[in-house]
Amino acid sequence: MSAFRRHLTSRVMTALVVVLSFTAVLALLLILGNLVAKGASSIDWAFFTKSPVPAGQSGGGVANAIAGTAVIVGLAALIGVPIGVGAGMYLAEYGGGRLGFLVRFIADVLNGTPSIVVGIVGWTFIVKPTRHFSALAGSVALAILMIPMLARTTEEMVRLVPNSLREAALALGYARWRTSLKIVARTAMGGIVTGCLVGIARIAGETAPLLFTALGNLNFTLNVNQPMQTLSLQIYVYATGPFDEWHRLAWASALVLMGLVLVISLAARWVTRQRYGSIR
Amino acid sequence: MGRRADGPMGGTAREERPVSPSAHPPVLESQAYSFWYGPTQALHDVSCAIPRNAITALIGPSGCGKTTFLRSINRLHDLTPGARHEGDILLDGGSIFAPGTDVVALRRRIGMVFQRPNPFPKPVYDNVAYGPRLNGLAPAGELPDRVERALRQAALWDEVSDRLREPGTALSGGQQQRLCIARALANEPEVLLMDEPCSALDPIATQRIEELLVELKQTYTIVIVTHNMQQAARVADYTGFFYVGNLVEFGATQQVFTRPVDERTEAYITGRFG
Repeated sequence: MSAFRRHLTSRVMTALVVVLSFTAVLALLLILGNLVAKGASSIDWAFFTKSPVPAGQSGGGVANAIAGTAVIVGLAALIGVPIGVGAGMYLAEYGGGRLGFLVRFIADVLNGTPSIVVGIVGWTFIVKPTRHFSALAGSVALAILMIPMLARTTEEMVRLVPNSLREAALALGYARWRTSLKIVARTAMGGIVTGCLVGIARIAGETAPLLFTALGNLNFTLNVNQPMQTLSLQIYVYATGPFDEWHRLAWASALVLMGLVLVISLAARWVTRQRYGSIR
Repeated sequence: MGRRADGPMGGTAREERPVSPSAHPPVLESQAYSFWYGPTQALHDVSCAIPRNAITALIGPSGCGKTTFLRSINRLHDLTPGARHEGDILLDGGSIFAPGTDVVALRRRIGMVFQRPNPFPKPVYDNVAYGPRLNGLAPAGELPDRVERALRQAALWDEVSDRLREPGTALSGGQQQRLCIARALANEPEVLLMDEPCSALDPIATQRIEELLVELKQTYTIVIVTHNMQQAARVADYTGFFYVGNLVEFGATQQVFTRPVDERTEAYITGRFG
């Protein structure tokens, strides 16, 4: 191959890769730009502090949905993080045997389960027996989505901890469990926290599992035994509704939700950087 | 310290290094110890007595079983899948494999320094304080003193006394290794196992650690694996030569290096193979 052809191939491939990566980023920019253009003008103080007003009237906000998102996602994290991280620790530190294989397999299957199926599970096991929709059922459904994700990322992160650190702790007279907890988990903490944040960002935007569980609620409530609104449910209802006022609020809600996810993702990146800073 | 006070204070000057076994009663005894990784036999019938308050060097070509033997002594192989052994290793006359042996307590009596420095990603102080704090060796008030003593013993105190809050991983390679030695010493073990502690270090750091070893044998029994025969000849009172899983020769360093009994030992130390 001549030098000219080699250089040409190199240029073409480089250009191709640049164009492709720009296309990937373009999607995000288009979405963000669109959301800002159509939603930003509707975001004011009332948007964050008022609940929705009856259809046809103008004004009102989505305070109910913002509070609901915080409650449902927070509760889901409260349920999901200990179970998911614990399962991941188990898989990485003790999961060599048959039980570990089984847990890992189940986690992978659960990871691939469509979220609407998880919603139906939440409906069958919580909504139906208790005879009413509730935020709690929504949180459980989201936690079920979150657990396998956290288990596998935690496992990956814990496996990154060099074995020499485990051996150092064992040689100092640390029991196995104490080594896992004091040395391994602490060393992997940055990665585990990042995994949790990414998991939370992921479930914060989920809609399907909440349709059958949290249902949605146009009034402000913090009672987890009641149906509760989230931003994603609000967007679903408003965007499919007939009123211009609703569409306006749907755009604004989408912008807020997107911003929320972006903030959590940035926090995750920041924590990751701290981690590499500490381990070197 | 009491249990060590009765041990003989071995020769300090190199020339008068005593070599008779009675001067150094054994602290560790290996009795026909064999070891397998799955189907692969790594050690064959290793028998030797490692004397107290002395430095014992284990030499031999790579893959000959030195490290495997070293890691058997504090039962670090317990977690290796498919590992098994025959024979026995005695610490102060008691089998380390006896049923009901508290492995955690055993490892507190047998400290270890690894080939590559492996400080915890924590402050220097915590690295050293971890062992004694965990093992309840010192009341909280005495912990700083103990940390300082261990760091002084490891000849690191002067360099880190104003950096105790910095992460151990921020030190230089040689400092990290001395930090690991201090970490092991803070536990006040009876035996210190060292797996090529100088292989990642420059000659100056190596020399510091060698000087340190000679000081430490006043109080500790040291077993050191090394690829560096000059190092073995410089610091060790006793030397064992491993070859393909066999302990070919074991004796006073001077004898092993000047009048080896086995021709394979002679071939190795004169550089004809290995």
